Amino acid sequence: MAVVTHTPSENIAVKKARHDSTFMRVSRYVVVRLFTLFVTVVIGIYLTIMIANMGGYVDQIMRGEIRDRVTQSIIASPSMQQMAPDVRQKLIQERIAAEEERVGLNVPIAVRNVRYLSSALTLQLGRAINMTSDSGSKQVRLIILERLPATLLLMGISQLFLFFSSIVLALNLSRRYGNFWDKAVVALSPTSAVPPWFYGIFMILIFAAILKVLPFGGMVDSPPPSNTFDYSLSLLKHLTLPALSLILSSFFLSIYNYRTFFLIYSSEDYVEMAKAKGLPTRDVERHYILRPTLPNIITNFALLIITLWTGATITETVFLWPGLGRTLYQAVGLYDIPIIVGSTIIFAYLLAMTVFILDFVYALVDPRVKVGGN
Amino acid sequence: MNTMKNFFRQLSYYPSALVGLLVVFLLIFTAVYAMIKIPYNEAINLWRGGEDVWYKNPKFAAPAWVNHFSSKKYAESFAVSTSDGTIEKVADPGAENTATYTMNYAFDFEYDYYPQEMILYITSVFDEKQPFISLEWLTPDGRTIRIANFAIGQDFTYRFSQDEKLRTKLKTDDVIPVLFSLPDETTPAKGVYQLLVTGTTFESDSDINVELVLHGQVYGLAGTDHARRDLVVPLLWGAPVALAFGLIASLGTAMLTMIISAVGAWYGGWIDELIQRITEINLVLPFLSILIMIGTFYSRSIWVILGATIALSIFTGAIKGYRSIFVQLKESMYIEAARAYGASNFRIVFTYLIPRMIPLLIPGLVLSVPSFVFLEAGLAVLGLGDPVLPTWGKMIDDASRNGALYRGYYYWILEPTILLMFTGLGFAMLGFALDRIFNPRLRDV
Repeated sequence: MAVVTHTPSENIAVKKARHDSTFMRVSRYVVVRLFTLFVTVVIGIYLTIMIANMGGYVDQIMRGEIRDRVTQSIIASPSMQQMAPDVRQKLIQERIAAEEERVGLNVPIAVRNVRYLSSALTLQLGRAINMTSDSGSKQVRLIILERLPATLLLMGISQLFLFFSSIVLALNLSRRYGNFWDKAVVALSPTSAVPPWFYGIFMILIFAAILKVLPFGGMVDSPPPSNTFDYSLSLLKHLTLPALSLILSSFFLSIYNYRTFFLIYSSEDYVEMAKAKGLPTRDVERHYILRPTLPNIITNFALLIITLWTGATITETVFLWPGLGRTLYQAVGLYDIPIIVGSTIIFAYLLAMTVFILDFVYALVDPRVKVGGN
Repeated sequence: MNTMKNFFRQLSYYPSALVGLLVVFLLIFTAVYAMIKIPYNEAINLWRGGEDVWYKNPKFAAPAWVNHFSSKKYAESFAVSTSDGTIEKVADPGAENTATYTMNYAFDFEYDYYPQEMILYITSVFDEKQPFISLEWLTPDGRTIRIANFAIGQDFTYRFSQDEKLRTKLKTDDVIPVLFSLPDETTPAKGVYQLLVTGTTFESDSDINVELVLHGQVYGLAGTDHARRDLVVPLLWGAPVALAFGLIASLGTAMLTMIISAVGAWYGGWIDELIQRITEINLVLPFLSILIMIGTFYSRSIWVILGATIALSIFTGAIKGYRSIFVQLKESMYIEAARAYGASNFRIVFTYLIPRMIPLLIPGLVLSVPSFVFLEAGLAVLGLGDPVLPTWGKMIDDASRNGALYRGYYYWILEPTILLMFTGLGFAMLGFALDRIFNPRLRDV
């Protein structure tokens, strides 16, 4: 058995490596992290594709539908009624084969899954099977881009309002801990057990059905007003109820959570110390309470930004809001795998990117955290 | 025993917890009552049975108690028949095997709105010669209107509003309002109305039975829907379904999450690593879309959806929280003692690690019940509710599909939503209080 001994020069090299290790540590971390995140995304997307065709079960449904549709259209067409039965039968078979080829059913499912996966990973979202965008395109990219502004408008306004208002209000409440408003927020926090679409039904009932002041649903009046001012006004009117229900459903819990969080941090010894030193409340809050809670607040904000992408399926459906969530729901109903996969892959990439970037952000805002350190 | 007492004393400091507890108990009581009062098969029959089961009920009728809150009274529905004795039947035998049956029903009509419809269901027994029936309508002001004369088959349904001859006779397209008001007036006349059914049979063993159904504007405790179904059934049966779904999903998820994270934390190494990777993959999967896909492509059965929900909810952020606590617990003295005397891994995980976590588990478990209850209702609103079971979510879905909000059938949408809301708030209020009791860090703030 050989005994390993270090020569003096080797010892120096080891020491040097330890000194230089910040760069090495970060780059090793980046490589390993990116690799695991990529594998995670690949597996997640593959599973989604598998579920989206239920291991081939959806193929049977689609085959049946194509057969029905083609047969119906040929039987119904007057020009083809004169044909001999065997010619017509042949025509039906040809049409079915062509249609199956268009949808991609002629390729074995395993091959198709891998194709879906590789084109999804390279963000070639491809063409939808049944859905079209309002401008008539079948490009998944265009369909998603067309619905994106509606979702961003609704979710963006409500989520950003929620985020900032609850932090500001929570800070205020934690300062006046135990007063009437604080107790009211604590008492009202269980209202967030009720989801937004549910508040939506009540909102529609009160403001649309009984008071008749706001519309039942949709995004603009029909036909859309031609000038910009009227258009925005109409948009605002339609936006009010869904945005309000999204806000209302998380408002009190969000304030309560931040308030409790701030209170826990305000009872730390260094905060007491800062107060004892006679620092102004503003400074205490900024440097001693908000600073250590910053990583958490940033995480919440980052997650908020990526959830904008998924939309709010049920709320959008209740309000007939033409956003991404509702599109996804419609896509499922039409067996449109490319749209489901397209939406999922973008969400997965956004999530992976956020998780990756957050590690660096933590290290930036919190000197105790090192990238790739334990 | 003492700890239990202590626990309830602490709980009583939180009024919201007591309200929550009350709501949960009421729900459990309703669920048990529903299952005893309307057994499963009967409930399914009442919900899915078809016109034969529902024909007696009016369509889109509000609950009868709305009359207490309204100065103008809506007509209440009723159904009476000779077979259960609510209509008096007098048989009068005549010559040559003939017989005359006089069936007379008088009722007090004290409402401000006309009923929707009046229907007479006539059944008769005969071999060859069809019995003959004549109908007369006596109004409170003493008029007698001859409605119709006809021969009947074995089963005969006479709808007052659909009778062309009667329309011509009364010179109107809408028969019911004319029958229920004074000549040339457009408001209902209050008082005692009487329907006189005279039947003649021509065989010795012949018999006639009639059933009179009046479809008013209001019906029963909860009203009816587009298919004439009594909404008491889904309202009552919604409770056990919602409770079962919510409790099984939250309990199943919590237990499995805890066991998996305990095993991961105890064994460490690749098992732990695998659990963490699965959690990350699960984060990428679109939860609601997958449930929608399963509902659309595969099965809308509530049990399949329940299974999928649990499977997708195990590997979430909670598993990381549990893991960090288990990793701390793993180093504690009593675990070391257990190791020292040679306890098996299984014994340590299931009898030493997991029981310590249960107090921390309970608040989260109670708090997650509403989210699952609303998930079930949400899927129903998307049209993916269980096709067989009567549930609150299904009621909301039916109501919105039939334009309940546009057409003003508010009771239809309010009844299930208010019950769902109570359920959600009850569990949430209890959960929040439990959270403060079991998490000492929160107790002071």
